[in-house]
Amino acid sequence: MIPPRQSRPHSGVGSLILIAVVIGACVVTFAYTAGWLSPHRLTPDRLVDAFSPGGEPLGHRRNHAKGICFTGHFEANGAGSALSSAQVFSRGQYPALGRFNLGTADPNAPDSTVRVRGMGLRISTPDDQEWRSAMINAPIFPVSTPQAFYQLLLASASKAPDAMQTFAAANPEIAAFGAWAKSASWTGSYAEDRYNGLNSFIFTNGSGAETTVRWSVLPSAQPVPVSPEELAKRGPDFLEQEIVERVRGGPLRWTMMVTVANPGDATADPSKAWPDDRRTVEVGTLVVQRIEDERNGPCRDINFDPTVLPAGIRTSDDPFPAARSSAYAKSYDRRTAEAKYYPRTAADAKP
Amino acid sequence: MIGSHTRFSPLQRLLHWLMAICILAMLFIGVGMVSTVMPKYLTLVSIHKPLGVAILVLALIRLTVRLRYGAPPLPADLPEPMKLAAQLSHYALYALMIAMPLIGWGMLSAAAYPVVLYGDVHLPAILPQSDGLHTLLWNAHFYLAFAFFALILLHAAAALFHALVRRDGVFDAMAPWSTRARVAPAE
Ligand code: HEM
Ligand code: HEM
Ligand code: HEM
Repeated sequence: MIPPRQSRPHSGVGSLILIAVVIGACVVTFAYTAGWLSPHRLTPDRLVDAFSPGGEPLGHRRNHAKGICFTGHFEANGAGSALSSAQVFSRGQYPALGRFNLGTADPNAPDSTVRVRGMGLRISTPDDQEWRSAMINAPIFPVSTPQAFYQLLLASASKAPDAMQTFAAANPEIAAFGAWAKSASWTGSYAEDRYNGLNSFIFTNGSGAETTVRWSVLPSAQPVPVSPEELAKRGPDFLEQEIVERVRGGPLRWTMMVTVANPGDATADPSKAWPDDRRTVEVGTLVVQRIEDERNGPCRDINFDPTVLPAGIRTSDDPFPAARSSAYAKSYDRRTAEAKYYPRTAADAKP
Repeated sequence: MIGSHTRFSPLQRLLHWLMAICILAMLFIGVGMVSTVMPKYLTLVSIHKPLGVAILVLALIRLTVRLRYGAPPLPADLPEPMKLAAQLSHYALYALMIAMPLIGWGMLSAAAYPVVLYGDVHLPAILPQSDGLHTLLWNAHFYLAFAFFALILLHAAAALFHALVRRDGVFDAMAPWSTRARVAPAE
């Protein structure tokens, strides 16, 4: 039986107000947490919007939109095990998936117009772990913080004539990148470029010792400098055509090199290079064996999120990997939802 | 047996309040993490996944306990439509606490992300990689999260209404400790 009531119902206007206040407070806290009350908070949405201010559905990556996919493997030589317990560093051969790409939001940009070239890379190990990374040919990043990168994107898209000057005055670290962009030689092939991870990460070895590191892959192909004017004559897509030909002639190799920071090095700022005398360890060789279809191949629906790391590697005090992860996920969410705007095959394209 | 008691069993009450805290935390962590690019983004994501999976496990235990022990009856004088609303909302809450984690897990699987719980502990993919599935599940996770939050607020408002206005013992049935003087059995 239901017990008799202990207390009589209570008309309590006061109680109703109390309930409304409690529920209302929950709603407001939720709205605040979600950023709805903070129009100036830098959110992944705003960061990604800055690459394509028009907001139209695109179906492709919001940055590094042009590229070509590859498969191959990573041959670890075992030397990296002294630094990190991740299986990827124990001597052995592990499957790799990657993507050569251009640092542009335009998938149709002519190759000779894009200064920054990149490589997305994923190495999988039998213990079911993955190491994803996205690296660029520049030896440093243009800015010190994700917020400054956002400002840089806004300034580059701005119509104001002095937007870039104003930006450079407020973010003087960009001068070093500008100097690289002007003076570094261009090559005629993705195969001749070096790709740098730029962000720092923490390696933990089997005995628990930690080191802060950055990594790069160095081409075994000899770089041949070519001027951008000369490259322009090779056509808008010469990089893809060249790499397809080149891999047909045999696998391509890069040496993976890990650089260990000294105490006091700028681990949180990818716009600062570390001194040249830092300890480096060659940990293995990346071998590119096959070029894969870009639009309908295994890279299309992969996010080379630099925070997908095996145990033995973790993020450091560098604020970029977190910001990149949040933005890449947003870019991925959008492009997978817009797939029909970036047809997989010519036949899928609507006239 | 249903109807033989006036309160949920201690295990049911423990699970209810433990899960209430976890689920509310999940909703705040969810909207908080997708609205920041700061390093706390990674921290929040690394809590969101294992806590979500813990909720799935707890929800399955809770459902089993519920099917075994039942629930105390609602007050006889509660209008039929309100009883129905209470029952339907409870079904919906159970459905959401099981569906949300599965959808999150499926969404990561469809995007070929590893589902890392902690260190090298991770879950297998439960779906093949697919942009269409990813989009479908992303939308489901997004819209159902807000529906879940709205339903919880309604549920909490109703619970407080029972506690403060109707004072009919419904709140006491789930209260962590008894808020009412003991009723002498069979007066
Ligand atoms: C806060 C700073 C950054 C933002 C907001 C940003 C944004 C993005 C976005 C939205 C994508 C497309 C992701 C996708 O849809 O899968 C992307 C790709 C890429 N980014 Fe970044 N990025 C940042 C920093 C960096 C840094 C520091 C590097 C190099 C070390 C880098 C290298 C790359 C590369 C190589 C890709 C292409 C990866 C692929 O092939 O999928 N980015 N970036
Ligand atoms: C995340 C939040 C919550 C969830 C998912 C949740 C879920 C549920 C579910 C599924 C039931 C039905 C139990 C059953 O029949 O087996 C229930 C009952 C109950 N909940 Fe919650 N709850 C939440 C938060 C709250 C809060 C904040 C309050 C109080 C302010 C509350 C008070 C109650 C009460 C009093 C009952 C008993 C109702 C009855 O006797 O039928 N709940 N809850
Ligand atoms: C009770 C369980 C869960 C609740 C209440 C919940 C709630 C949420 C909420 C509120 C968001 C933010 C939605 C937005 O504003 O965009 C979110 C996002 C997300 N959740 Fe969950 N979640 C749950 C379980 C899980 C689980 C188990 C996983 C994975 C294993 C997961 C993975 C994700 C991911 C990856 C996102 C970000 C999606 C994106 O925008 O890319 N969730 N979740």
